[in-house]
Amino acid sequence: MSYFPYLVAGLVFMIGIAGVVTSRNLIHLVVCLSVAQSGTYILLLAIGYRSGGTAPIFKGISEKAKTVDPVVQALTLTDVVVSVVVAALLLALALDVQKNEETLDPEELPSMRS
Amino acid sequence: MTSLVPLTVALPFLAAAALAAFGHFLHPVIDDAVALVAAAGTTGLCVALVVGTADAPIQYAFGGWEPRHGVVLGIEFSVDPLAAAIAALAALLATASLLASWHYFDEAGHLWSVLVLLFLGGMVGFALSDDIFNLFVWFEVMGVSAFALTAYRKDEPGPLQGALNFAILNSIGALAFLVSIALLYGRTGGLNLAQIGHALTGPPDRLVVVAFVLLLLGFLTKAGAIPFHFWLADAYSVAPVPVCLLLSGVMSDLGLKGIERVYWPIFSETFAGHEVTVRSILVAVGVATMTIGAIMAFLQANLKRMLAFATVSQIGLVLIAGSLLTADGVAGSTLIAVAEGLVRGGLFLCVGVIVTALGDANELRLHGRARHMRVTPLLFLVGVLGLAHLPPFGPFLGVSLVEKGADSLGWSWLSPVIMVSSAIVAAALLRAGARIFLGLGEPGDPALVSLQRPETAGEEEPSEDAGRSRRLTFMAAPASCLLVVAFGLAFAPDLAGHAIQAAERVVDPAQHAVAVLERQPPPPQGPRPSYSPALSSYLYAAGSVLLTLVLAAAGLHRRRVSRATGRVAARVAAAGADRLTALHSGAIGDYVTWQTVGGAILGGLFALTLT
Amino acid sequence: MSLRTRYVLFAISATGLTALLLWGLAGLPDFGRFGGSYGVTLNDVAVAQRHATNVVAAIVWDYRALDTMGEELILFASVMATSLLLREAREREADRSEDAVHGETIRAVGLALVGILVVVGLYTVAHGIVTPGGGFQGGVVLASGLIVVYLAGSYRTYRRVGPTALVDFGEGVGVGGYVGIGLAGMAFGAAFLANFLPLGTKGTLASAGTITALNVASGLAVAAAFVLLVMEFLQELMVMRLEEAEK
Repeated sequence: MSYFPYLVAGLVFMIGIAGVVTSRNLIHLVVCLSVAQSGTYILLLAIGYRSGGTAPIFKGISEKAKTVDPVVQALTLTDVVVSVVVAALLLALALDVQKNEETLDPEELPSMRS
Repeated sequence: MTSLVPLTVALPFLAAAALAAFGHFLHPVIDDAVALVAAAGTTGLCVALVVGTADAPIQYAFGGWEPRHGVVLGIEFSVDPLAAAIAALAALLATASLLASWHYFDEAGHLWSVLVLLFLGGMVGFALSDDIFNLFVWFEVMGVSAFALTAYRKDEPGPLQGALNFAILNSIGALAFLVSIALLYGRTGGLNLAQIGHALTGPPDRLVVVAFVLLLLGFLTKAGAIPFHFWLADAYSVAPVPVCLLLSGVMSDLGLKGIERVYWPIFSETFAGHEVTVRSILVAVGVATMTIGAIMAFLQANLKRMLAFATVSQIGLVLIAGSLLTADGVAGSTLIAVAEGLVRGGLFLCVGVIVTALGDANELRLHGRARHMRVTPLLFLVGVLGLAHLPPFGPFLGVSLVEKGADSLGWSWLSPVIMVSSAIVAAALLRAGARIFLGLGEPGDPALVSLQRPETAGEEEPSEDAGRSRRLTFMAAPASCLLVVAFGLAFAPDLAGHAIQAAERVVDPAQHAVAVLERQPPPPQGPRPSYSPALSSYLYAAGSVLLTLVLAAAGLHRRRVSRATGRVAARVAAAGADRLTALHSGAIGDYVTWQTVGGAILGGLFALTLT
Repeated sequence: MSLRTRYVLFAISATGLTALLLWGLAGLPDFGRFGGSYGVTLNDVAVAQRHATNVVAAIVWDYRALDTMGEELILFASVMATSLLLREAREREADRSEDAVHGETIRAVGLALVGILVVVGLYTVAHGIVTPGGGFQGGVVLASGLIVVYLAGSYRTYRRVGPTALVDFGEGVGVGGYVGIGLAGMAFGAAFLANFLPLGTKGTLASAGTITALNVASGLAVAAAFVLLVMEFLQELMVMRLEEAEK
């Protein structure tokens, strides 16, 4: 199955989403979201792989050498930074919720309407 | 003119960075002035671009990279009048928002202006970009600044929970978008929209369909279409009014603009032959959004939540317009987005005046308490008439284009549905306005939903000082500007004709691909179509206004109406309304579940019909 | 919805969505056989066009420099947002917390580590155009060097190393510098974010034109951002401990 890595990426993504739906702790929820994000890293990097290729750094190797796709690596770099900062923001929100409501359980947060 | 393109994003970002670096050391008035000038400047730049691209769209290559053998090396912005119009809308609303917040918060601090400017830059970038990963980056810039602005009053529980729901749902949407980008890159090896579309030939296969569905999941969540809309009401009811201006006025519409921007270059050729299917499914989503949003709006007592659902309903209309997949539809969707975005902005500012003056946002508790106001009720009425598509003004022009598009496809049943939904939304607001400003109607109504928490979550406490009347000026003045522009759009010379002409270029992706990949200037277009709304549109609009009055009166005397229509009907209606409002529970797990349900249904439908 | 209804509804739709996703993913080209024209073209031309041996760095700071600018802005927005959400009224009191580490070994190791990490961080940033690394990676290493000051020292020392105003300023300069360099290209008649500086010799530190400058700006912004983020969260912790102690 030559598309096995892609399936793994897809499964990791959905496991993360399942974690978000069933979570009883906001910190756990943010980490589940990170798991889903890791699924996208796996997918991007797996797509760019070329068998027998080396890193796209041409120092010390011939410029005609076979390397993996550099574009997905740039995309993943951006993706990682974005994920980290969004997680930081969500954790800050979770901390504030804990201060105000004394709970981190999303099910216990009062509903938005009467 | 070409060099104006990068300035539209560089200006707000540079101003934001400067404020962050030096804001501590400068007087707050200088900070606010810098932010305001940056936002106003961006508005000017975008308007200049709308006019400057009327004859031919501008393709701007960042870094100066030219395509090499049909491969685009850098990131490009593709500026046409419709895209520039949405960017201008964002900039105008940001300027109004900064004005309104000048005296809205006692100690706003420069962090506020920094976040608004970042939000603005993200929106402009998103509207203009021609590269799919670049769209993702701007999507996240918009997202992060919006989450932070929503949670501004963090000492209250409401804004935090609203911001959390907003952030989590939009992040999942962004991830779906990213998977879609990965799929498209894996298939075509390109990130530029025109390049991807050029490489996608032949009938749609499993990868293309799944990429499309995931894209829809991401953008429809941002836009707030059913069933991805649950976060919207929560976030809008707790964000401060100057933020709601931006969220409701333009951010939601950008989600739909994103779909349009990606659909035409990438998917329209592959889906050729399946247009009726795609159209039917997306219009169905649009109709569901429009009607459910309208009903929910009518059931609210909290003004901000009412406007939030009004936004959902109007998003449904914009979605219907774009999903018609014709030039009329595309032109209509942009016109409606701009005109009604401005109207909603004006209405939110009116709500801001009420909240600042009276300290409450609940229609029932404010019964008759604003009888002394004179300017705000007038502005409110103008806004309501805008929502009801009063002819011959801006919103009416946009809707008439949509109706014309629907009729030419043989879908004339859409016009009455649009009429009724818009009337319900306008009636909800008219009912609220009549209660608050005129003291009409029954004093209480248990059928209307109130918020469990303080109704004014996210707002400042009203204070009795000279500053208050200045606040009112800073909100009423921008509101009148926004409403004047919204209504006045209909009087811009041949605006509809220009829009249709620009839309005709949008729906012809082959021409765009040649312009991008081979750098050949696009052929000049034929004579501009002249457009005047059909008689049927005038009739439907008149019907909408009348129906608004009737429904508002019924809403004001709801208990009498319920008694008149019989107990069974009233009981059924009440039960239905209860179920619907109960779904909007505030639990993030529920909302993500609905996202999954929506994704699965849309995915299943497209997979079955397109492959 | 009750929890049970939700789980049932989610289980059904998630199964459907997962099946759909996996079905779509199977349509990708075989693993290891990717021949996307964008990547292939860039691999061929990047070294010659930009004298940068790290093609990924050339992509991040030249070909797709606008994406990186957006990414910096997301970082910036998130840091501003976290400051907004967490900046405490009790900042001054937190500064007086007594949490200094006393073990001599830890302090000695920490001191050594700070030096090593800062040097490695600066090295990674500077060599990003030549070998794997760059502003993001190096910036994070730099920031962790400063965070070791807290781990092996105390919160107060950490605050002295990175006072709020200075870090905010560094963040603003990093991001503003990035946009400024982009605009500077326009002053020379080129496009925004065009590489207008001399390209130098490939394989050395002085190469690749504006890529190096943008690299450094990103490194500054990222380091400042992480120092600030960790400080905000630590401040929360200190205040929480203070409140516990008061009970």
